[in-house]
Amino acid sequence: MTKLDFDPLLDDLETRVLVCCGSGGVGKTTTAAALALRAAERGRRVVVLTIDPARRLAQSLGLRELDNHPREVVVEGFEPKGELFAMMLDMRRTFDDMVLTHAGRDRADQILSNPFYQTISSSFSGTQEYMAMEKLGQLVAQDEWDLIIVDTPPSRSALDFLDAPQRLSTVLDGRFIRMLSAPARASGRGLLKIVGTGFSLFTRAVSTIVGGQLLQDASTFVQAFDSMFGGFRERAQRTYELLRSPGTGFVVVAAAEPDALREASYFVERLSDEGMPLCGLVANRTHPVLAGDLPAAKALAAADDLDRSGEAPLAAAVLRLHADRVAVADREKRLLARFTRAHPGVSLVGVPALPADVHDLDGLREIGRRLAGE
Amino acid sequence: MTSWTEELTRARLHVVSGKGGTGKTTIAAALALALATGGRRVLLIEVEGRQGIAQLFDRAPLPYAEERIAAAPGGGEVHALAIDAEAALLEYLAMFYNLGFAGRTLRKMGAIEFATTLAPGLRDVLLTGKVKECVNRTGSDGRHLYDAVVLDAPPTGRVVKFLDVTKAMADLAKVGPIKGQSDGVVRLLHSGDTAVHLVALLEEMPVRETLDAVAELDGADLRPGAVLVNRVHPARLPAHSVPVAAEGRVEESRVRAGLTAAGLDLDEFTLEGLVDETVEHAIRVQSQQEAMELLSHSDLPTVEVPELTDGVDVAALYELAEVLVAAGVR
Ligand SMILES: Nc1ncnc2c1ncn2[C@@H]1O[C@H](COP(=O)(O)OP(=O)(O)OP(=O)(O)O)[C@@H](O)[C@H]1O
Ligand SMILES: Nc1ncnc2c1ncn2[C@@H]1O[C@H](COP(=O)(O)OP(=O)(O)OP(=O)(O)O)[C@@H](O)[C@H]1O
Ligand SMILES: [Mg+2]
Ligand SMILES: [Mg+2]
Repeated sequence: MTKLDFDPLLDDLETRVLVCCGSGGVGKTTTAAALALRAAERGRRVVVLTIDPARRLAQSLGLRELDNHPREVVVEGFEPKGELFAMMLDMRRTFDDMVLTHAGRDRADQILSNPFYQTISSSFSGTQEYMAMEKLGQLVAQDEWDLIIVDTPPSRSALDFLDAPQRLSTVLDGRFIRMLSAPARASGRGLLKIVGTGFSLFTRAVSTIVGGQLLQDASTFVQAFDSMFGGFRERAQRTYELLRSPGTGFVVVAAAEPDALREASYFVERLSDEGMPLCGLVANRTHPVLAGDLPAAKALAAADDLDRSGEAPLAAAVLRLHADRVAVADREKRLLARFTRAHPGVSLVGVPALPADVHDLDGLREIGRRLAGE
Repeated sequence: MTSWTEELTRARLHVVSGKGGTGKTTIAAALALALATGGRRVLLIEVEGRQGIAQLFDRAPLPYAEERIAAAPGGGEVHALAIDAEAALLEYLAMFYNLGFAGRTLRKMGAIEFATTLAPGLRDVLLTGKVKECVNRTGSDGRHLYDAVVLDAPPTGRVVKFLDVTKAMADLAKVGPIKGQSDGVVRLLHSGDTAVHLVALLEEMPVRETLDAVAELDGADLRPGAVLVNRVHPARLPAHSVPVAAEGRVEESRVRAGLTAAGLDLDEFTLEGLVDETVEHAIRVQSQQEAMELLSHSDLPTVEVPELTDGVDVAALYELAEVLVAAGVR
């Protein structure tokens, strides 16, 4: 196994974009913020795009409102060599802005007030990922920072970040909405011939279920959206290309647990299929043994002795909690070794679980030190 | 704090939610085994198309059909069903319309996924509709086929929306077959037959999410069941030592004397390591206690489930089921 060494990566001016990915709750946001802080303290002009950060973490970065623009992090006693900017993604606003940019004023109003647009922009499962990519594209285009660090949305699967934008495109390109809302007009096309009468039955069934109004809204939406769809897809495509370029690196975050490591495996394989550059794996929240010379079995035997005599309850407790810790650490090492065997080329760094949650700059700095292997 | 109540014993549909990754699927499976203990027949259902049950029980993916997947102590049986929204929609349509072969083609084209995207509520209505059918189904003797149904539900962020069928229906057609069916679902979900359990971890965020979910359930007139506190780490230190140790004060000389008494002669470095481990342990125990204290504001029955260091396999599920039975689950 090679060790993932972050400092050279952060110091390298060729590193322009870092994307922190991983399955839900593993520490993507924390890692993104900690890397950004460290890079700024080492002299880079950094912006970190966070997504749904915990409230206290957001506050410690001075992010009180969700205004969808980067703000410089100004905190007393924080004087980095470089500069640190931070922002929280407002997905709805990003979507609205996109519509405003691409559609004319009138048409934009029509789209924004459409109930179907409101569903898609607030609750469709791929929207947050799409908007994160869109925002990344905007930050790159602004060209104000020499390093952009991106957090990714909470999602079960790390792959969603790469796949969800495509899902949204499929819905928006409106093939089905068109057919559902105007089957008569579309019926000359090949696709419908194949499905034949089944489709019109289906349309009827669906409209009795979802209601005619909803289909009507969807259809109005698609017509209004149609003209800007090309631009929309092109942008997504460009950002996707950006993820493949040499200045970009993916940081995969995982917990030392089977599910998270399985997800990390899928993601690592996918990156390699797509030709996207991987920096390495962060194994977050590990529990390394701090008293390495004392084997668990020996500790337990001694604890049993002490319990029998009832003499030294504190020492017995210390021995037992040490044995627990050895068991946890052994399992984590085993799981990580299995990952490394499957992906020998992937460099890795372990970040121990800090005893308390990470929600201030000191905590982030501490994580940063661990990321750098200090 | 009470554990399993009489009221919970009367529930027939146990919905299990919680923040993502807290152990919903694991706890739902253990709960199904616990409820089946002593000879009952329980159905375990999943609805998110992830084949989590099959993975947990270490078997091939479940088809869209009920299958017996485990035996419980005392002659009980656990059956499982993975409900697939697309299949449920087709099944549903087939009840009212003759789609013939078109159904399969439509599915391949993604038309069905599209319909459920168009009306996100539709998916939930279909899934809960199928759950209701399973809960209410009776055998030839007129008795319920399943004594209890356990649902591995969507996470807390989405569960109220998922269960609030009345709201979802507001977006759908006001008349027609689906309306009639959904009225029955609403009755079931808001009755004493249903309890919505929440799986929590003793960490700040999951606890807050749990409390928010309780409030949200109350607001939607759904009944919160028990809080299942998962992955509780054993507290090793004597209670009075915890607060002091959490502040970094561990009486090194006493530890050393104890170790020497047990015949362990450790170097300074190892001893320091032990002290550091002890401080971290104490901080963790303390934050678990704080989280527990915060959780108690929910005023719900609470059951603690221990952390299993070696992870969860089928044997471990039986172990967790025993813990639940010991806490009064039946
Ligand atoms: N090394 C660590 N030590 C202690 N706590 C940590 C560590 N890493 C992360 N945490 C804590 O774990 C929780 C989850 O972390 P974080 O929010 O970064 O995860 P995430 O992957 O962004 O989650 P989501 O998928 O929900 O966006 C937070 O409360 C954070 O403070
Ligand atoms: N009591 C426990 N001890 C040890 N590990 C556990 C325990 N409960 C759950 N786990 C582990 O935690 C992980 C998450 O559990 P599980 O899949 O049940 O959570 P979930 O809430 O269903 O997740 P998701 O939100 O992804 O559906 C699994 O790896 C599981 O083995
Ligand atoms: Mg996050
Ligand atoms: Mg699950």
